[in-house]
Parts: sequence; structure tokens; C-alpha cells
Amino acid sequence: MRKRRLERLAKGNYMTAMTAAPATLPAHWTDFLALTKPRVMSLVVFTGLCGLLAAPVPIHPILGFTAILCIALGAGAAAALNMWYEADLDAKMKRTASRPLPAGRMDRQTALHFGVGLSFFSVLLIGLATNWFAAGVLALSILFYVVVYTVWLKRRTPQNIVIGGAAGAFPPVIGWAAATGDATLLPILLFVLIFLWTPPHFWALSLFVRSDYAAAGVPMLPVVSGPKVTRQQIALYTLPMAAAAVAPWPLGLAGAIYGVSAAALSLVFLILSLQVLANRATEPEGMKPEKRLFAYSILYLFAVFGALVLDRWILK
Amino acid sequence: MTQDDPQHLVEVRRRQKGRAIIMAVLLAAFAALVYGITIVRMTGK
Repeated sequence: MRKRRLERLAKGNYMTAMTAAPATLPAHWTDFLALTKPRVMSLVVFTGLCGLLAAPVPIHPILGFTAILCIALGAGAAAALNMWYEADLDAKMKRTASRPLPAGRMDRQTALHFGVGLSFFSVLLIGLATNWFAAGVLALSILFYVVVYTVWLKRRTPQNIVIGGAAGAFPPVIGWAAATGDATLLPILLFVLIFLWTPPHFWALSLFVRSDYAAAGVPMLPVVSGPKVTRQQIALYTLPMAAAAVAPWPLGLAGAIYGVSAAALSLVFLILSLQVLANRATEPEGMKPEKRLFAYSILYLFAVFGALVLDRWILK
Repeated sequence: MTQDDPQHLVEVRRRQKGRAIIMAVLLAAFAALVYGITIVRMTGK
């Protein structure tokens, strides 16, 4: 039954032609900027910067700046390629219909060339400026986001965001690798933290924009399994996420400043996720706890990573 | 507004100019960055 539902959703996607009119004017430069999803990039840049600052080896400011710039450009490239591939989906969702491709302000080929060009540029530049391990991880993160998440998973399975979440978890590893040339336990724990944070974050959003995803035929968990199961999964993922957030403290990788901050911030996250679990609303108007959790989840990641840097720099 | 419309051509030129200016600024910044990276790498810091 669930399989048939997924097939129906996928079929709906592939049968829908591009709805956007072809662009008749050259795209405005601000449309190229919009293609890189600047708002999403801010979190990627911040976690990458924290990975770099938390590393035990100092990096020259110019090389550090270049590494962060390349993380931002890599994230922008992956976003552009995502928009290139998902132009048909974006046209069907209110939230994304005004993006450059579905709105007809840019043609798909331009977006593809921009995304591919920016991908190669960011990987080569970080490789030449810092080291090729960091470049390899950056290349892997772009490929993971575009191929594994966008092409393979997003239209096929409600687990899309679970596995695909790994793509957004790479920046602190890249930042750390740029400074040290390797990846030890702390950056791996930071990777796990973002990996486990992604499902509650996106499922909270997808609960109150469920109709958008359903209209576009994206098999997000609330569309396929309903709000009740999604709320249970949010609460379930919050527990290992909180454990991963606090873990660097007992493992001796971070001090008490970080440990206490991470524990307090995770406790609030857990309380908000329990409020979501207790909510029975099926319409967006009644989904205040979900909206609150979504907003808090962004603040949470900023605060946890900020606390880590603060802790590491004070300990120094 | 059709493609032969003078107003269309003016808009095309305006956008091309805007993109050219942005590209020039980005290339200049990139040249400065590569210069900085080269100096840092050469001094071995």
C-alpha cells in the first residue's frame, strides 16, 4: 500500500512537464545569487567556520578565509545544481515557485553551467590553498547532496532527509580538515550531530508545509506516513541528537562551557519536540509547536557550535 | 515586450553590463586572493 503510494507520488512528478516559461532575457546577477540559497548557506558557513576554529592547529587567516569561502561556494554550487534538477518540483510549491528557474527568469542550462563551474572552482581552490583531503571532502559533500539526495532519494523515499542530511553535515569536517589535514573524533561527532539534527529540523518544517510537498509529489514523511508518525520520529531522533551534542564533553574533547551549554540547549530542544509529539493538529494553523521547533532548531545549531568555539578558545 | 523591441534590447544591455561589472569585481578579488595564497604558501606559514 505504502509502496503503491510512493510509486503514485513519483509518477506524478515525472509526468509533469516544466511549467516555467523559457527565459527571454539574460538572467540578472541577483538570480545567480538566489541560485546559491544564501540563507541556507549561512548555517553551512557558520558550522564550517566553527570546525576550522575548533581545530587544534592554527591556520593562516588568508588560508582560513579561503577555506570558508570555498565551503560557501561549494554549498552554493550544490544548491544551484539542486535547483537545476528540481525546477519542476519548485514550480509546484508555493514556497519555491518564485525561484529563478520556476519563475522563468533563468534557463536551466545556465543554472547547470553555473553549478558545475562553481563546484570545480571551489574544490580546486580549497585543494590548492589548504590541502587535498579537505578538497576531497568538499567534493564528496557536493556529490552527496546533488546525486544521492537530490537525484536518488528525494523523489523516492520518505527517508530522503535522513540519509541526505549527511550532505549538510560535512562543513565542520571540511573546516577542521582545512586546518589539520585530517578528521579526528571531534569533527566526526560534529558530523553526527548535524546528521541527527537534520531530520527533526526538516520534518518540523514539512509538517506545516505538508500540502506543498503533497502537491509536488515529494514523498516527505508527513505526506507518506502522516503527522502522527512524523511527530514520533522527531521525538525519537532528538534523543541521539542530544547525546551526540553532549558527547564531546564526557569524552574530554570539549570543556564544561560547551558541555553545560549543549546539555541545556538540547534539553530545550527535547521539550519542544515533546510539545510537537503532544500536538494533534493536522492543519498548519494549529502547528505552533512545529513552527517553534523549526525556528529553535536553527538557533540550536548556531548556539551549540558557537559554544564549542567559545569553549575551545577559552581553554586555549 | 518582444525580442525585437528596443526596450527589450535596452534591458538586455543593462543586464549584460551589470553582470560584466560583477564579474570584473569578482575576478579582481580572486586575483588578490590568489596573490595572498601564493605569498602565504611561499613563506610556509
